[in-house]
Amino acid sequence: MSTMIKMVRALTAAAVIAVAAPALAAGGHKPNIEQYEWSFAGPFGTYDWAQLQRGFKVYQEVCQACHGMRLIAFRNLMEEGGPSFTEDQAKAIAADYIIVDGPDDYGDMFERPAILADRFPSPFPNEQAARAANNGAYPPDFSLIAKARAAHRGFPWFVFDIFTQYAELGPDYITSLLTGYVEPPEGKEVPEGQYYNDAFLAGEFISMAPPLSDELVEYTDGTPMTTEQYAKDLSAFFMWAAEPHMEARKQMGFRVMLFLVIFAGLLYFTKQAIWRDVKH
Amino acid sequence: MAGHSEYVPQSAGAKWLESRLPVISLVRGSFVDFPTPKNLNYWWTFGGILFFVLISQIITGIVLVMHYTPSTAAAFDSVEHIMRDVNFGWLLRYLHSNGASMFFIAVYIHIFRGLYYGSYKAPREISWILGVIIFLLMMATAFMGYVLPWGQMSFWGATVITNLFGALPLVGETIVTWLWGGFAVDNPTLNRFFSLHYLLPFMIFGVVLLHVWAFHTTGNNNPTGVQPKTKQDTLPFHPYYTVKDLFAIVIFMIFFAWFVFYSPNYMGHADNYIEANPLVTPAHIVPEWYFLPFYAILRAVPDKLGGVLLMFGAIAVLFILPWLDTSKVRSGAYRPLFKQFFWIFAINAVALGYLGAMPAEGWYVIFSQICTAYYFAHFLIILPLLGFLEKPAPLPASISEAVLKGGSGTPAGAVSAPETK
Repeated sequence: MSTMIKMVRALTAAAVIAVAAPALAAGGHKPNIEQYEWSFAGPFGTYDWAQLQRGFKVYQEVCQACHGMRLIAFRNLMEEGGPSFTEDQAKAIAADYIIVDGPDDYGDMFERPAILADRFPSPFPNEQAARAANNGAYPPDFSLIAKARAAHRGFPWFVFDIFTQYAELGPDYITSLLTGYVEPPEGKEVPEGQYYNDAFLAGEFISMAPPLSDELVEYTDGTPMTTEQYAKDLSAFFMWAAEPHMEARKQMGFRVMLFLVIFAGLLYFTKQAIWRDVKH
Repeated sequence: MAGHSEYVPQSAGAKWLESRLPVISLVRGSFVDFPTPKNLNYWWTFGGILFFVLISQIITGIVLVMHYTPSTAAAFDSVEHIMRDVNFGWLLRYLHSNGASMFFIAVYIHIFRGLYYGSYKAPREISWILGVIIFLLMMATAFMGYVLPWGQMSFWGATVITNLFGALPLVGETIVTWLWGGFAVDNPTLNRFFSLHYLLPFMIFGVVLLHVWAFHTTGNNNPTGVQPKTKQDTLPFHPYYTVKDLFAIVIFMIFFAWFVFYSPNYMGHADNYIEANPLVTPAHIVPEWYFLPFYAILRAVPDKLGGVLLMFGAIAVLFILPWLDTSKVRSGAYRPLFKQFFWIFAINAVALGYLGAMPAEGWYVIFSQICTAYYFAHFLIILPLLGFLEKPAPLPASISEAVLKGGSGTPAGAVSAPETK
């Protein structure tokens, strides 16, 4: 029993250190990241294909002038567990993009419309060109953006996340960022060419102007045309882009879990039967 | 290993093989007839679990290599190619990346089980030392594997860790250049890490066989720490422990699958989904979670060489542990004081892990220094003294006696044998 008491005491001490230490060391900007409802959260989550299609539309009309999606192929747009465009729609989308191909038989590069097998062409030939066109800031590629931003969870949330299977920090962050252009606190000097954002991870000021505003992109299915809705649709689309096989993964996970639990149960009773006559 | 089998070949084929290569009696002696203490609890199943994870890592790794391109220009995209375009590539890759974490979860439990029950003590010192060598090889393998996707943490982790060797006096710089194969972490570094990442698991496999050979020679330790005396104290490995280990492995697979299928990126760092860029340093460079306690020790010391020496010292001290613990009693279950220090040590290790993940500034550094000091004090002061100061509880005469009395040999809060009849 004394061991237990000792353990509880030591655990309490450790918890005090864990909680007190960040407070002691923290200071400055703390990104404000909200949590949103996602159709793809949880063990049975699936993408809402209509939402992905809307998100893709916002990406095309608002983001793609500066941000690429170089790992995504046009054929991905018609694959199962994604935006579920038809083959004809995907072909038509691809045909609007220009791919530099070659060299041809004369050694020259040439331009042609994209086909399903192509990946999205990036808006700038290289990082330097992107920076030159964007006031020195580099607009990152969006293929993996929903998995590539390390928002801080902190103690004890990162422990709970194991049990709640919370894996939507990426889209939560993106939505928070896109809706995070709030008025700066009083007395805060915003540098020239930058914008105050209360969710941005890298600091208080971001070089990207607020990209979204109400009624900016036309939705034809009656979905509200608000900044927050655009932000959520975009985030969902980016989550799919970063994790295109998520639906297949979760579906297989359920079957694997079911099998393993039943198998473990059978093994348990087998073990009990074998050990029945042994005192141990 | 083979000495435990009373196997006599019956068929003509078996006789023919047995007289030329006694492989059947070897396997039977090691994994069928092998006399195993009958009171092993579920903490003892982690050896089998580790063997399963090692095989799983080797198989998924071999298939991943068929699709991976080890070059700084193509590595990142080839991993994404696996994730997106290879059939079930996402499954292989998530099994392999989470498998590394599972490997360390299991090995830490396995090591702490050995620490609690005194499995490092005579006559099992060689098993223990081989185990520490496996642990070192695992750390090297995992570190180099993490570099292969060539993300930001891959690159900067490799840079930070290889730079540590630069702290060595005189030869430091030469060694670092030699490790890199150049003057920075670059393509030659990636290629040699890839080569070694493929080689080391097979070396681990070899040392695992030695590890098993050693403790099959001395016999397993058990929760009482009392050596088996009669046949009443042991059971043949098969079917008793094959079924128990298999049950534990399947339970572990459920835990494993939970992460692979539902939170596959929980154990990883988001920055590794950004391609390596030598010109952009991440805000916080943190190693994988399983290195965090050692990373905290490294950063606890303001002096670079001192930090490096302490970090390697934290592992090195494990090699001499069998001679630091002066107590004649093997199992912690009969050591009232040791038991309490064991749990403090375990909590201290977790605290070090937490501190390793935090930035090295302010109070974090001070707590890191306290925890680091305690880590070494546990091995170098507390364990040597406890043997003299502690009055151990009376030991059972035999395993059978302990079992009949019931309950003994089980640590507080441990999952013991689920059923005592």
